[in-house]
Amino acid sequence: MTARAVVTGIGVMSPNSPGGFGAADYWTATCGGQSGIGRVTRFDPRRYPARLAGEVRGFSAEEHLPGRLIPQTDRMTQLALVTADHALADAGVSTPEMPEFGMGVVTASSCGGFEFGQGELQNLWSKGGQYVSAYQAFAWFYAVNTGQISIRHGMRGPSGVLVSDQAGGLDAIAHACRLVRGGSDLILSGGVDASICPWGWVAHLASGRLSTSERPDRAYLPFDADAAGHVPGEGGALLIIEDSGAARRRGADRVYGEISGYGSTFDPRPGSGRSPALGKAIEIALEGAGLSPGEIDVVFADAAAVPELDRVEAAAITSVFGPRGVPVTAPKTMTGRLGSGAAPLDVAAAFLSMRSGLIPPTTNVTLSPDYDIDLVTTRPRRASVHAAVVLARGHGGFNSAIVLRSIDWN
Amino acid sequence: MAYMEFTIRDLRRIMHESAGEGDGGDVEIATMDTEFTQLGYESLALLETGSRIEREFGIRLDDSDLFDSPTPRALIEAVNAQLTLRQAA
Repeated sequence: MTARAVVTGIGVMSPNSPGGFGAADYWTATCGGQSGIGRVTRFDPRRYPARLAGEVRGFSAEEHLPGRLIPQTDRMTQLALVTADHALADAGVSTPEMPEFGMGVVTASSCGGFEFGQGELQNLWSKGGQYVSAYQAFAWFYAVNTGQISIRHGMRGPSGVLVSDQAGGLDAIAHACRLVRGGSDLILSGGVDASICPWGWVAHLASGRLSTSERPDRAYLPFDADAAGHVPGEGGALLIIEDSGAARRRGADRVYGEISGYGSTFDPRPGSGRSPALGKAIEIALEGAGLSPGEIDVVFADAAAVPELDRVEAAAITSVFGPRGVPVTAPKTMTGRLGSGAAPLDVAAAFLSMRSGLIPPTTNVTLSPDYDIDLVTTRPRRASVHAAVVLARGHGGFNSAIVLRSIDWN
Repeated sequence: MAYMEFTIRDLRRIMHESAGEGDGGDVEIATMDTEFTQLGYESLALLETGSRIEREFGIRLDDSDLFDSPTPRALIEAVNAQLTLRQAA
């Protein structure tokens, strides 16, 4: 019997939810077209060309985490720890009652703890090495969310971190499924990123892909003729992924669906003349899931909002599914691009679509006539969703696609 | 110059600032002889605490001062020994 990887819990941290967390609030806000994008408040953005971000507002780490964890964690880790608590609670998992080596943690990270790291670099260069926090040793590090979640919940099984920019969010979930197929009972997986601090901002600016618009409703317009870059955001989602047999044995009473296929490819070298490989990633994922393109009910797009990249993505979707062959959406127009947190949040949204029968909208966008895709804009669309594809791309050529299916559990 | 002494209050304040409140009980008279690990402070918390004590009190602590002092009482004694040396010099 092949082990199936099912999702039993979802934790969400999103700029468009009040206070940040809560899958139900996120879903209400997202289907209602509520945006979390606004002027940067975590530092003064006046001297920078890009000034908008999707910030998680009203989140207080002290309210949710023990005092010991505060001085040793970056904001992204504080957000991730609370998201993990929510995912476990949603799944009805009590980790102290489970075998500790049967549970692991696999997260993705695109930046690490930049805000913490910036503070310690400032201490180093303005005051001296003796002023650098001992916790800098790990607080900045890509793997720190995985490590802190693992320690907090005693999840000591196979664990790791994937670093491939935005694609990493799917790569981590795929690796979690691999571990489940390899015999682990439960893996907590996904990504939560946050790097809205001057150091992180300069790194984002270096990509050349940030929108410089100051209008929250016009700054991030994927697949629109006015697309001119994206708005970065903070947040993401974490999922509880279990072996279906193990989930049955512990009495899980609810399952969102299963992760049934995954494909990743790397683009050819620029200038090689060979075509980009996103379409191939979708084909590999569909083949792994044993589904034909016609069986997919919605595609959650990567939605770069850089014209050339939008063109590549629209072409990939059209080549696999046919012209206007499947509804496409990108609710990240309401959150900004969340780095490695973006695709896990889209995976959560896809499962919530299955449950609610609603495809959330790509707000603010008017589809450019250059793209022959069926983009859901303005309002959510009623649809019966049983299978979904989520796409994510990372800077430098990473492409990942994942196939999700509903499951009849009870 | 007034004689400086490092007290349990100093240690508690510095530990709160550098490593947060312990999850196994606070640093106080009643826990003077409880090991730091029992109080929820691991080696990095001690390293960070030591570095803040050095900065604030103008002394140098060896790693052995920190790691051979598994309890608040032992660490306070080690710090005061360094303070006495410094003030005698």
